[in-house]
Amino acid sequence: MNTRLEAVDIRLGYGDRVIVDGLDLGIESGTITTIIGPNGCGKSTLLRALGRLIKPLNGHVLLDGKRIDRMPSREVARLLGVLPQAPAAPEGLTVADLVARGRHPHQTWYRQWSSGDETAVTEALERTGLLDLADRPLDELSGGQRQRAWISMALAQGTGLLLLDEPTTFLDLAHQIEVLELVDQLHAKAGKTVVMVLHDLNLAARYADRLVAMRDGRVIAAGPPGDVLTEGLLAEVFGLNAKIITDPVAGTPLVVPIGTANGRAG
Amino acid sequence: MTGVRLPHARPYRAGKVSWVVRPRGVAAGLTGLALIAVLIALSLRIGDFPLSLGEIVESLTGTGGNHFVVVELRLPRALTGVLVGAALGLSGAITQSIARNALASPDILGVTSGASVTVVALIVASGTVYGGASGSLAGVGVPVAALAGGLVGALIVYSLAWRRGLDGYRLVLVGVGVAAVFTNVKYWLMTTGDVNDSTRAMVWISGSLNGRGWEHVAPVAYALVVLVPLCLAGSRVLSALRFGDETATGLGVRLNTARALLLLAAVLLAAVATAAAGPITFVALAAPQIALRLAGVAQPPLVVSAVTGAVLTSASDLVARGLFAPVELPVGVVTAVLGAPYLIYLLIRARREGRS
Repeated sequence: MNTRLEAVDIRLGYGDRVIVDGLDLGIESGTITTIIGPNGCGKSTLLRALGRLIKPLNGHVLLDGKRIDRMPSREVARLLGVLPQAPAAPEGLTVADLVARGRHPHQTWYRQWSSGDETAVTEALERTGLLDLADRPLDELSGGQRQRAWISMALAQGTGLLLLDEPTTFLDLAHQIEVLELVDQLHAKAGKTVVMVLHDLNLAARYADRLVAMRDGRVIAAGPPGDVLTEGLLAEVFGLNAKIITDPVAGTPLVVPIGTANGRAG
Repeated sequence: MTGVRLPHARPYRAGKVSWVVRPRGVAAGLTGLALIAVLIALSLRIGDFPLSLGEIVESLTGTGGNHFVVVELRLPRALTGVLVGAALGLSGAITQSIARNALASPDILGVTSGASVTVVALIVASGTVYGGASGSLAGVGVPVAALAGGLVGALIVYSLAWRRGLDGYRLVLVGVGVAAVFTNVKYWLMTTGDVNDSTRAMVWISGSLNGRGWEHVAPVAYALVVLVPLCLAGSRVLSALRFGDETATGLGVRLNTARALLLLAAVLLAAVATAAAGPITFVALAAPQIALRLAGVAQPPLVVSAVTGAVLTSASDLVARGLFAPVELPVGVVTAVLGAPYLIYLLIRARREGRS
């Protein structure tokens, strides 16, 4: 196992507001790492910094041991794909057009659409089950299909590392599972290293090798879901009174909220 | 496994080289070029005394008695129209791609309003008050003032819109606000000026191709020769920029550098065009949108936008000259009359999309 992506003593924030301070985190090759934590804990900010979408105020991010901010942006784009939260596309764009854009870092003015580009895009569409919808405008797709199209774009980029910022937001449960199973397959079959931010703790536990629990810009616990998701940690990180049982399907931890004393379950 | 095909695009490959040709875009561009040729020919024919095509060809090849009229009077006017239109179309395509907004145009970059206010100030201040200087100033000073004013206007908008990065929506809002301020300063200056100066200023700020000579053609031509290749080199980056800052960064685009350079090119194109012909409205706004529909693509295609801009401007100028002949309208009046309903259409469409 080698560390592909590493945050070294980073401080992150916007303007005067510091959100993350003095954080260290390493991402091992070939794993799915899922960052969890309450709203505003800095998990998306951390992911954006790992994907060099924002610059740390202090410290730095290493990609394969090299400082990411000193590497040419294009070179980074061939190693690391980022799917932002709620990405935007021009209206009228077709699925094929969108996914083809993922080849951007591999193209030049004299190499606009090589057979390699074509194969990568076709494979990406096939892997996400969207090949039949390639000519459809993106706006006509369902939420789950659209999210799969964006993941296809990141796949077409052909990077070993994928950073996904809340890839299941705005999706119903069936579509959330659909997207996460796709991520799981990409990890298992294509050997991708994935870092994602998820809100749903049970799905996070089921689809991650390693959970990173954050609160107030700090990592409170990191490790296999079974070790991290404990009743004590839920109380500490989320302020949530909950019981942990074993997921009867996946065997991973399952969070059952107890709530407050005067709630329904009280 | 059959490879996926891009809509309206055909790849041509040889070894490591591969090009994408969009047949619809090529057809639109070629049709536009043919139209431009026809419009130039028409423009050379009409005037105080109409000429036949044969006489025009004769004059262009150096013989014939109408040489002066055709080569020194009519041809530069026609070419100024074509080049200014092309510059505006290209500038509009870049602005709309960067702002990710079909309502964006160089007008919101502060170029046109900045140029107008400077030129009006120059004409009003230098006119009767300082006596007689306005004649030569009109020839050299006005385009230079327009260029400088346009660039300063753009700089003001850019620095006000910049806040740890550039947001397309914020750029549009700031641009509209700055343009409103400039416009009011412009009218205030006109009320303070001498009546004759104000009238001359009014003609300039309507945007006119009347009396344009080779000295107007040359700067726009030079600017296009330098800037068009730069814009084309940036066109791939431009299409990545359409996707929002984070996606574009993720794809390896150096966001702020790329955007600043492309915006600078758009500003220069619009400023040079405005310096040559005054602010011709609507062309930069409409040409990119017409072009993308003609080419069947999702973002304004640069070359087709430039060609469309040239066609729009040349055709509008013919209308401006012919509609109430022998009285000639400024071309900007025609484009504005065409532009107003189009702008309303865009706003209604944007509202509808916003609601759905």
